[in-house]
Amino acid sequence: MCTTCGCGEGETVIEGHTHEHGHHHHGHNHGHHHEHNEESGRIVQLEQDILAKNDAYAATNRRHFSDQGILTLNLVSSPGSGKTTLLTKTLDALQGEYPLGVIEGDQQTNHDAERIRATGVNAVQINTGKGCHLDAHMVGHAMQTLAPEAGAMLFIENVGNLVCPAAFDLGEAHKVVILSVTEGEDKPLKYPDMFHAADLMILNKVDLLPYLEFDVDRCLAYARRVNPNIQILQLSATSGAGMDGWLAWLKQEHQQLAGDAIEMVAQG
Amino acid sequence: MHEMSLCESVVQILDKSAKEQGFTTVKTVWLEIGMLSCVEPEAMRFSFDVVTRGTLAEDAKLVIERVPATARCLSCLKDVTVHQYGDLCPLCGGSDLQISGGDQLRVKELEVV
Repeated sequence: MCTTCGCGEGETVIEGHTHEHGHHHHGHNHGHHHEHNEESGRIVQLEQDILAKNDAYAATNRRHFSDQGILTLNLVSSPGSGKTTLLTKTLDALQGEYPLGVIEGDQQTNHDAERIRATGVNAVQINTGKGCHLDAHMVGHAMQTLAPEAGAMLFIENVGNLVCPAAFDLGEAHKVVILSVTEGEDKPLKYPDMFHAADLMILNKVDLLPYLEFDVDRCLAYARRVNPNIQILQLSATSGAGMDGWLAWLKQEHQQLAGDAIEMVAQG
Repeated sequence: MHEMSLCESVVQILDKSAKEQGFTTVKTVWLEIGMLSCVEPEAMRFSFDVVTRGTLAEDAKLVIERVPATARCLSCLKDVTVHQYGDLCPLCGGSDLQISGGDQLRVKELEVV
């Protein structure tokens, strides 16, 4: 059982967050009762959101980020889109200018957190076990270990999966979806929920375009059809092309957050 | 399979409600799932059967109501039904749709004893 909130987190393992695991997965050695009762029961009206609990944790995280002036981004993509490379290049570029922190989500291994730490930035790895996404509760716990400074930029690298993480608010300022040109240009139409949930799409690995049949205009049109408000940046984390635009976007978002915080304080 | 964790949340909602409302067994669960809610009903059914084993909702019947999303097409100005983000207007083929609703994910009601 977790001493902070009483949770037993199943197969999820968060670095630096210890549990005596009381599995809340239901046991399978229960005695079956087979006296089938055919009487009809009474009706209970509930009207409750299934995601309400996650959303409440997300709201707590968001309040904390906002109070501390921490810009938090939830990076989502399919496996192999170049998220971790983009992240390490981004951290290299921003170190010294901002306090930085990273929460890494993967089913298994600490490889990505180790790649991040090699840049000198603090990272906490969450292994979700069989889980296919991060949720706001895991992120809240990872925050306790990571303890990012006020005014930091915090990057959450979600589990590589274009489906499940779309449903779970982590308390981030923005979901950023990364699509690489080695994937199909119709991914926004195939995985519309994720592209709808994101505020920014990064088209990565554009240095490879000369070797591929990837119709950029069509891809961007598909993304805008699913989400008319989506912002789009094209870059190559490996060659560095277009990275300036991404770094400028981050700085602008960070500045805006600080502005909002000052305004909130001024309004009391 | 995020449906698995969603079903775990459903069971938590049922447990809490059982304590508040004084019931011990759930016979039927009605869920309202919007067409745009990123949930696959079949995966939800599969997960529900697995997750409810050994709980107060073991053997409960799961009824899923799919709620369509409505949209105003800004090209032909008609109200239409859409099934996913990125759908074109079924009347004029326009892509400029203003969507409202259809993303709900709710436990609507229960039959309990």
